[in-house]
Amino acid sequence: MTSVITPAPTAGRSTPPGGGGRPGEKKRRRRQALVRSIPLLPAVLLLALFLFGPVVSSLYGSLTNTSLTGSTAANSDFVGVQNYVELFADPDFPKSVLLTIVFLVASAIIGQNGIGLTLAVLMQSANRVVRGAVSTIVVTAWVLPEIVAAFAAYAFFHDGGTLNEMLGVFGVQGPNWLYTFPMFAVILANIWRGTAFSMLVYTAALNDVPPEITEAAEVDGASGWKRFTLITVPMIRRSISTNLMLTTLQTLSVFALIFVMTGGGPGTDSTTLPLLAYQEAFKFGELGFGTAIATILLLVGALFSVFYIRALKPEVD
Amino acid sequence: MKRYLGFAAGAMASVLVLAGCSAGGDSGDESTTIKVAYSKFGNFTQMDDHMKAVKEQYEAANEGMTVELVPIEALENDYFTKLALMNQSEATAPDVMYEDTFKVKSDAEAGYILPLDDYIADWEDWEQFPENAREAGAGDDGKIYGVPMGTDTRAIWYNKQLLADAGVEVPWEPTSWDDILEAATAVKEFNPDLIPFNIYSGKGQSEGASMQGFQMLLSGTDDVLYNSDEKKWVVGSEGFIDSLGFVADIYQGELGPTPQQALDKNVNTTVNAEWLPQAKLAMSLDGSWVSGTWLETGTTPWPEWNDVMGVAAMPTQDGQGAGRTSMSGGWTLAMGAKTKNADAAWDFISLALDEENSLSYDIAASQIAVRTDVGTAPEYVDSNPTFAFFSELVADTHFRPANTEYAKISNEITVAMESVMTGQQTPEEAAEVYDTAVAGIVGEDNTTTKSD
Repeated sequence: MTSVITPAPTAGRSTPPGGGGRPGEKKRRRRQALVRSIPLLPAVLLLALFLFGPVVSSLYGSLTNTSLTGSTAANSDFVGVQNYVELFADPDFPKSVLLTIVFLVASAIIGQNGIGLTLAVLMQSANRVVRGAVSTIVVTAWVLPEIVAAFAAYAFFHDGGTLNEMLGVFGVQGPNWLYTFPMFAVILANIWRGTAFSMLVYTAALNDVPPEITEAAEVDGASGWKRFTLITVPMIRRSISTNLMLTTLQTLSVFALIFVMTGGGPGTDSTTLPLLAYQEAFKFGELGFGTAIATILLLVGALFSVFYIRALKPEVD
Repeated sequence: MKRYLGFAAGAMASVLVLAGCSAGGDSGDESTTIKVAYSKFGNFTQMDDHMKAVKEQYEAANEGMTVELVPIEALENDYFTKLALMNQSEATAPDVMYEDTFKVKSDAEAGYILPLDDYIADWEDWEQFPENAREAGAGDDGKIYGVPMGTDTRAIWYNKQLLADAGVEVPWEPTSWDDILEAATAVKEFNPDLIPFNIYSGKGQSEGASMQGFQMLLSGTDDVLYNSDEKKWVVGSEGFIDSLGFVADIYQGELGPTPQQALDKNVNTTVNAEWLPQAKLAMSLDGSWVSGTWLETGTTPWPEWNDVMGVAAMPTQDGQGAGRTSMSGGWTLAMGAKTKNADAAWDFISLALDEENSLSYDIAASQIAVRTDVGTAPEYVDSNPTFAFFSELVADTHFRPANTEYAKISNEITVAMESVMTGQQTPEEAAEVYDTAVAGIVGEDNTTTKSD
């Protein structure tokens, strides 16, 4: 796809390889290119201000001892990497990283992507009524604002909530999900909330797979599973990569859902990195320390993005 | 030409954006509006009533002035956070704020609040504030930053009938922690559906857990949190582990609310608005202000409260020392450092805490009066039968370390409590984590293992 959009190399058109244009021509073209890029300036400025700015300020903030109250609120000092040193020595930190990865892998990569793709594939062969009903139900969770979805999930998993009431009908005494299995509850809630997005992306991608290719494979005797893994998946590879990246970044930053459902507890049993950052920065007033955690979160997101881009090579066809 | 136009438009857009960022606070010399920030949450609506009343009086007395009330509806800990964030920007900083005494020192150092000494020098009413009350609003530099509204003590509220039914002698006068555990066990055996004993615990209750819960225990041991002679924080103390042990006994021994109930952010409201009035809870370690909820002016009027509920002093661990203990705090009114009209802010503070207004607030909010004239007024003394008991506890009360690091260390206490109550750590393990955290906050040199 990229090769279609990118215009043919312009350099070769006006200047033969090896150079040799009129003197001054190069200079003039450079100036022209510069003038032509001026309209981009506002966009670049805005990007720098609103995207790059916060990243830099977060990085800087994480190198200071600034806090919400006390003397360091008025005059914060540059403390170098001290926040990071303390962070890596903090026993809560590795646990929080582990919980974040469990949350990410279980709810985003396996849950949202897996179920989203399965639903999209199944819906291809379903009739219109089923398709309409299923997609309405699934998309409802996606349409809800995060905080509303969080309260709904809280009401569902709460000790006296919908789930345990339903189990009670069958004579089963359900556990207090939010307390006994906090990670399980928030993972299920996040799958419920996010699957619609993946399903929509994959439905669109599957519609772009030319039916003649699958038909040709079918004629060659490929089974359904083989057609899926050898034809469909490679052809929607780019969508998979994009979707994995989007859901990963979204899930890494999930805060309200967990905060409303468990508050990161009990103890630290569902404190993922965003909750840990919130706790340190706004509950305990350690802004610098909290920002350091936020910066780590940024790095984790960047690492995953690079991994997806590399592993799934969306640009090669 | 076109492209220059485009450029001009683009440049203009970015200038507008940049200008939008810098145009924050409004200008104007003497502001005619003063902003008053305070907490309004759950059962605590008395401050809201009080501020509304003072706003009316103030606006009537000062024509042209407007008081903008900013009630912050948030849990105590979130209240501090929101207040600190408001204080960071001129556009949002309040002129007058409701300030906890334990925050005065650190907020003074943060430059959020102004010293009031110049105003107090000309304030006749200041004579009515005894020395220890004045201390509560002082900063590390000795200047006065907050005018106290009232103080408090803490003790055990208990349901007389439930204890009597469980075979505990009433009036109940426990003399050791074991007495409490015994009474709690008796209640549990009498009726397993009852919650025998409530002690606030965990990060969600923040200062409430640290002060009403943990420090009510620790102050009854032979150890302290802070060695004020050496000016060092105490680590590795037996009393600390024992206090955590008591929390574990209550929660892991099923003598309290379930840990999930206790970790609910709203448990404080639930205890006083539901569990106690509905006789679901037998004993509750809480503050002197609790009965304010049950007065006619409170959120959960309960006319029979005084017949049903009794109060008992918190015993020391094994009855050592005075045999009983308590903790005291209190709140002040302070002036925001970014105020544009300090004189007006002071007028509001002095009006809100004059004799008449202090009296009505202390009665409504069940505060222990700090003003001498209010404390001795028959109207005050007769208004609430528990005032005499709680005021008398002042003799054996303790105060939180008057120290800017206290707030951070208090957080670590709640972390230790939560890990113990949920059974994630033993008291010894949690105390060790706490010791490490304290050393990290104040530095190894500022810790000691000696309590006296």
